[in-house]
Amino acid sequence: MPDRAPLRIVLAEDSALLREGLLAILERAGHEVIAAVGDADALLAFTDHTRPDVVITDIRMPPTHTDEGLRAAAELRRRHRDLAVLVLSAYVADAYLAELLDTTGGGGIGYLLKDRVGHVRDFLDSLRRVAGGETVVDPQVVRGLLDRHQPDGPLDVLSEREREVLGLMAEGRTNGSIAAALFVTEAAVRKHVGNIFAKLRLDPATDRRVSAVLAYLREA
Amino acid sequence: MSPPPDVWTALRSWPWRLLASGWPWRALAYLVSGAAVGVVVAVALFALVGVGLLTLVILVGVLVLAGVPLLAALVADVERKRLRLILPEAGRDAIEPPQPIAWGDRLRALRRLRISGPEVGYTVLLGTVLWLVDAVALNLLIALPGVLVLAPVLIRADAPVAFGPWQITTPTEAWIAAVPGLVLLVVGLYATTLLAAAQASLARLLLEPAQTRLTAAVADLRRSRVDLVDAFETERRRIERDLHDGAQQRLVALTLTLGLAELEMPEGAGLDLVRQAHSQAETALAELRATVRGIHPRVLVDHGLTAAVHELADAAGLPVAVDLQVDGRLPPPVEAAAYFVVAEALTNTVRHAGATSARIQGRVSGDRLEVEIRDDGSGGAAMRPGGGLAGLATRLAALDGDLEVTSPPGGPTEVRMTCPTALP
Repeated sequence: MPDRAPLRIVLAEDSALLREGLLAILERAGHEVIAAVGDADALLAFTDHTRPDVVITDIRMPPTHTDEGLRAAAELRRRHRDLAVLVLSAYVADAYLAELLDTTGGGGIGYLLKDRVGHVRDFLDSLRRVAGGETVVDPQVVRGLLDRHQPDGPLDVLSEREREVLGLMAEGRTNGSIAAALFVTEAAVRKHVGNIFAKLRLDPATDRRVSAVLAYLREA
Repeated sequence: MSPPPDVWTALRSWPWRLLASGWPWRALAYLVSGAAVGVVVAVALFALVGVGLLTLVILVGVLVLAGVPLLAALVADVERKRLRLILPEAGRDAIEPPQPIAWGDRLRALRRLRISGPEVGYTVLLGTVLWLVDAVALNLLIALPGVLVLAPVLIRADAPVAFGPWQITTPTEAWIAAVPGLVLLVVGLYATTLLAAAQASLARLLLEPAQTRLTAAVADLRRSRVDLVDAFETERRRIERDLHDGAQQRLVALTLTLGLAELEMPEGAGLDLVRQAHSQAETALAELRATVRGIHPRVLVDHGLTAAVHELADAAGLPVAVDLQVDGRLPPPVEAAAYFVVAEALTNTVRHAGATSARIQGRVSGDRLEVEIRDDGSGGAAMRPGGGLAGLATRLAALDGDLEVTSPPGGPTEVRMTCPTALP
């Protein structure tokens, strides 16, 4: 399969323990880790020089341990439009997600909790999808957003079922997978998706699936 | 170098600094005026007590003796003002009476026998001992060395200078006397300044209204309480950091290794065990995270109250609407207190209330943070001694905030906190 081609990756994680663990997983999956670094400056330098397919970065890194990784990711997406970025977070913070989604660039974006990495297959799958240009947001984050009822938001025009479908889209699922999760036919899902696009008045010229998900994620 | 800020600092400094500062002159003024006031008080006391005792047999003496506390009140008024010469900070925090107390009111107060013991005591002390001490000290410590220093001038003016049998008659003798005189004068200025400081402190101790001292003590206590809360907060942060950088990272690494092992192993009993180990490690990690969140959540440190409350709401397990209008960061103890109020209220909602949804509203209005957590549950919640909410109420009280729980049977439950956004 063509999408099983090994990815060229730059990895940034300040904890040596986790860096080694991630390195082992990525190499086991056959990917090429060009550089495994411990801070944002090294991440920027190596990415500029080696032009990887994907950058995987921890959000909190030295020196201040706040959002160095996130800022580096935003900067990299400005410099290299097609670069895919997968961001790892120790906890759920919407502020991170909003900042990440607001970054410019055409490559895929991923926002995963660190705990997810232990589920190696899922993690590698997410990585593959981010490299393919998709937006992948951690299911736990999405569930949190779903639970939050925000009256008078742009998504208020959607029905309960449509919101549900949109939530699953935001998890990065395909129509088939959504149909299976909701115990309906794929045709029914396609109808819901069409309704969502229409109700949110999304421009057919853009990737409406991504736009819908972004609208959904931004509302929270 | 700036002049010494108070009399005690002045006393510890070198002679040139002491003399350049205003303190010795203030001390002299204090002692001179003290001797003068003391003489007047002595005369007045002698008259009042003498006449009072003599006329006691015809009962008029009782009235005359009642003049002593009245005199004491008057003397105390004068002395409180005078002691600011030496201790300018005295009485600064005093709550001034809205208008000067009229003498008629003082007389009525006397009738109710509101006699201030310390004021009477100080007045008697001033009239008997203090003015004598002042007078003697001024003579011995200032006047005597002063004459020695001025001896060369006095000789020229043909005024004979004599100390008992010792007479200064020639200019040479006068100059020889002036040198030790100068040294004695400097020593005398230190001694008089010390004496004035001691007397003013005594006067302050006896005359300053108890309320002023209590106000100062309360301010101190409040500061130290906030310091305690702050220290507590810092310690929690340190523990959180240790757990986050230590055990938590190792557990994540362990789940990575176990995840990898799952990929490597063939189906069978071994793989099942590894999967089991993996899920156990994840449970441990989740529990550790929950503990860390209960100690001090990272998101609160990094992103402040709004982000941390959103995270709480997401993890609550029921739909929670959040409407927080808090821009920027608040002092860490305030953020932490508000965060834990929300956390505790949501925990109670989920555990006891049988609620289907909750709403968190918060805003900074003026200089106070207000946060309200409301659920649609069955109510009946209360702040129990030793409970989580009671502990938070104590914590808020230290910050000058308060916590209110209204929860009628049948619901809804409403937890409301307010807290100043600046530390006391």
